[in-house]
Amino acid sequence: MSHRSVHDLVAFCQAIFDDLDFTRAREWKAAQPGRGVIGYMPVYVPREIIHAAGMLALGILGGGSDLEVIHGDAYYQSYICRIPRSTLELAVTGRLDFVDGMMFPSTCDVIRNMSGIWKLMFKDKYVRYFDVPQNFKDEVGGVFYENELRELKEGLERISGRKITDEQLNHSIAIYNENRAWVNKVYDYRSAFPWKAPSAEVYLLMRAGMVLPPEEHTLLMQEYIAAAEAENRPMRDNCRVVLTGGFCEQPPLPLIKSLEISGCYIVDDDFMLVNRWIQGDVETTGDPLRNLSRAFLHHSGQTAAKYEPDMDVKGKYLLDIIRKRSADGVIFSAASFCDPALLDQPMMISRVEAKGIPYITLQYAENSGQMQPIREQSGTFADSIKLWSGV
Amino acid sequence: MSGAEVTKSNSQLIQKAMISRNYDRITSGECKVSSTFVPGNLNELLMCFDIANNLPEINAIQNAMRKKSGDMIQEAERSGHSEDVCTYVKADIGMMAKGNIAPNGKPFRDPDMLLLSYSGCFTFMKWFELLREQYKCPTVMLHVPYAADGQPTQNMRDYIVKQLKDEVIPTMEKVSGIKFDIDRLREYLRKSAQAENNLVWMLEQSKRRPSPIDCYFGGVYYMGPIFTAFRGTDEAIQYYDLLRLEIEERIAKGLCAQTLDGDMPEEKYRLVVEGPPNWTSFREFWQMFAEAGAVVVASSYTKVGGVYDYDGFRHDPDHPLESLADYCLGVYTNRNLPTRVDMLARNLKEYDADGLLINSIKSCNSFSAGQLVMLREIEKLTGKPGAFIETDLVDPRYFSAANVKNRLESYFQMIDQKRRAGGFITGNAAASA
Ligand code: SF4
Ligand code: SF4
Repeated sequence: MSHRSVHDLVAFCQAIFDDLDFTRAREWKAAQPGRGVIGYMPVYVPREIIHAAGMLALGILGGGSDLEVIHGDAYYQSYICRIPRSTLELAVTGRLDFVDGMMFPSTCDVIRNMSGIWKLMFKDKYVRYFDVPQNFKDEVGGVFYENELRELKEGLERISGRKITDEQLNHSIAIYNENRAWVNKVYDYRSAFPWKAPSAEVYLLMRAGMVLPPEEHTLLMQEYIAAAEAENRPMRDNCRVVLTGGFCEQPPLPLIKSLEISGCYIVDDDFMLVNRWIQGDVETTGDPLRNLSRAFLHHSGQTAAKYEPDMDVKGKYLLDIIRKRSADGVIFSAASFCDPALLDQPMMISRVEAKGIPYITLQYAENSGQMQPIREQSGTFADSIKLWSGV
Repeated sequence: MSGAEVTKSNSQLIQKAMISRNYDRITSGECKVSSTFVPGNLNELLMCFDIANNLPEINAIQNAMRKKSGDMIQEAERSGHSEDVCTYVKADIGMMAKGNIAPNGKPFRDPDMLLLSYSGCFTFMKWFELLREQYKCPTVMLHVPYAADGQPTQNMRDYIVKQLKDEVIPTMEKVSGIKFDIDRLREYLRKSAQAENNLVWMLEQSKRRPSPIDCYFGGVYYMGPIFTAFRGTDEAIQYYDLLRLEIEERIAKGLCAQTLDGDMPEEKYRLVVEGPPNWTSFREFWQMFAEAGAVVVASSYTKVGGVYDYDGFRHDPDHPLESLADYCLGVYTNRNLPTRVDMLARNLKEYDADGLLINSIKSCNSFSAGQLVMLREIEKLTGKPGAFIETDLVDPRYFSAANVKNRLESYFQMIDQKRRAGGFITGNAAASA
């Protein structure tokens, strides 16, 4: 393992983050003939199957704050979140021309309809809307899901021109198990030492994982923890908050930085859920599709994009995280016009309120420019938490 | 779906009575009540258990037409609901907060179950999670996968049938205390199909010139019974028989479409409309069309509860559960955008329309996300000009009459110009209202 400093590692991740042409993914594809790239939008797709097909799963999380949306506005009405607009902008400006297929997870009506837009506009590309069950019984939702996974596998076999064996799948599952374990270690590390692993850095580290192959990303995370540990960074008197609601359209990086500058350590978040969605390891022996299906049904995170059959369990995930991370409060941060996050929010707030946990709500767009009001709001929040906890 | 004051025909009077009977049943306390949604609703199945069907979207529409929804929405927003989300949800939640009074003036009883069949819209899922918080009643989820490749797959069908058998029917049995009888379901489905034949006949009459009916503003009334609590009933069959007679009479007399103020004297423009209407200013909105002599010959909104004319779907008593699955899968917003484009483009051609107007609903991503792309594609396919306006469903804050009127006027001018030129006018009238 090389010995890059935190500074170098973060610069490396930042460069990947800033590169809207996805050069690293292009290079990966060009390095060997026959390689393919499948883009996917947030929140969850089974990347293991893409990996087993010898392809790169490329997370596309919008255009961020620096992308000027020129064409995207001609495709979308005004009252809608920004991520479909900027993602389409990336596509119509040729930045996704090397991508062989796109997957649209079943997150909301916007992404659902976007799969159709892709079919209409990019007729030569593989497009898959990826449905996940909202029924969590093995014999009902499980059977449906396994068949969906099989269809996905067959679709990828068609475009990659090669069969995917169970061995390959199990191998890829193991690789993602390891990747997820390290993602969780980074999250645990940040929660334990938030001053050593600031959220903006952790965020960039995870964003790199949307572009790099999982093996490389795993090494990067290992390197980062070692480098962060070696660094001598001062601990600040920040309060500890969980950020929730930003699972799809991502907040601008300055927003994450602003929250920390204003006095909040983010000790957990739901950005880029794809790399933490499944909890624990997926079995690596037996029928891989069944194992992936079972993991989804029984060990996946709760988000607004999922139905919770049991009202008493609703919100438990968030409360558990608050407890596990010893958080002082919650910041509900959702993208403007984000239906799932905003519709879910009142239910989550009621759970948090019932426990007397302080919270604030804020809304953003991936290109929000003005951070001052957000800094003020979160600063006041942090101050008030400190005041209460001192009583 | 119904409730505006218009020049009433017999069929409308009958429908009005049907709707108020259903509200009386819902509020009476004499039977079990399930709330559910219009698209892909399982009315015949609910009838098998003598469960009354309450449709929150319809309540929101009724309240909007009575100019009550604005306050309700603001009430919901005051209690922490976002400004950005579907206004049907907020109208419903605001209605609860304001005493939960049904359109018949009597209080709604708490539903005995929530039947969450979420065909075509994710908002439904959250909506019923929100209502469940309030009512704490059994909430049964029927997950309807999105027909993203244009056609439902066998896997999707099997999944729905399994959910019906494993979740939906057992819950209904438990709530109602009535055992499921598949023959009873078959009988209802047979009746559904009978009414559905007349519904499709009705939709297709607007191919005539002049069109004897308006398939958007008027269509809202015509589709009422089939998309709500009456599919599968004798009443619905009688309603559509009567409607058919009325339309036949209009055809025989060579009448143009009926509007709020009587029959349109002349049919000047024939439009296809995509997207739901605005309900808070329904009358004003319709008048803008009627005054210009514009008739809507086909609309996607008349397919919102289920599509019967595109690929010939009818409920099938010989395959009852499978047929319910196909019905849910086939509702308009559960179909992918290329299919929606194909459907509308065909309508434009087959109904010999002058163009496509999209009423994009501010708070409905299910309909609206992607409509501008649809507009372009349809213009390309048909060579007919399109126009785009933005309003809302039940939030009066988002209906700007002046803007809509301007937009429509320039659109009609564009059609005139095209007629004079005899060719295609490039550049759609895309703009917000
Ligand atoms: S930000 Fe929210 S509404 Fe927009 S695409 Fe993502 S999940 Fe859907
Ligand atoms: S989002 Fe649209 S389809 Fe869904 S409930 Fe609201 S109006 Fe209906």
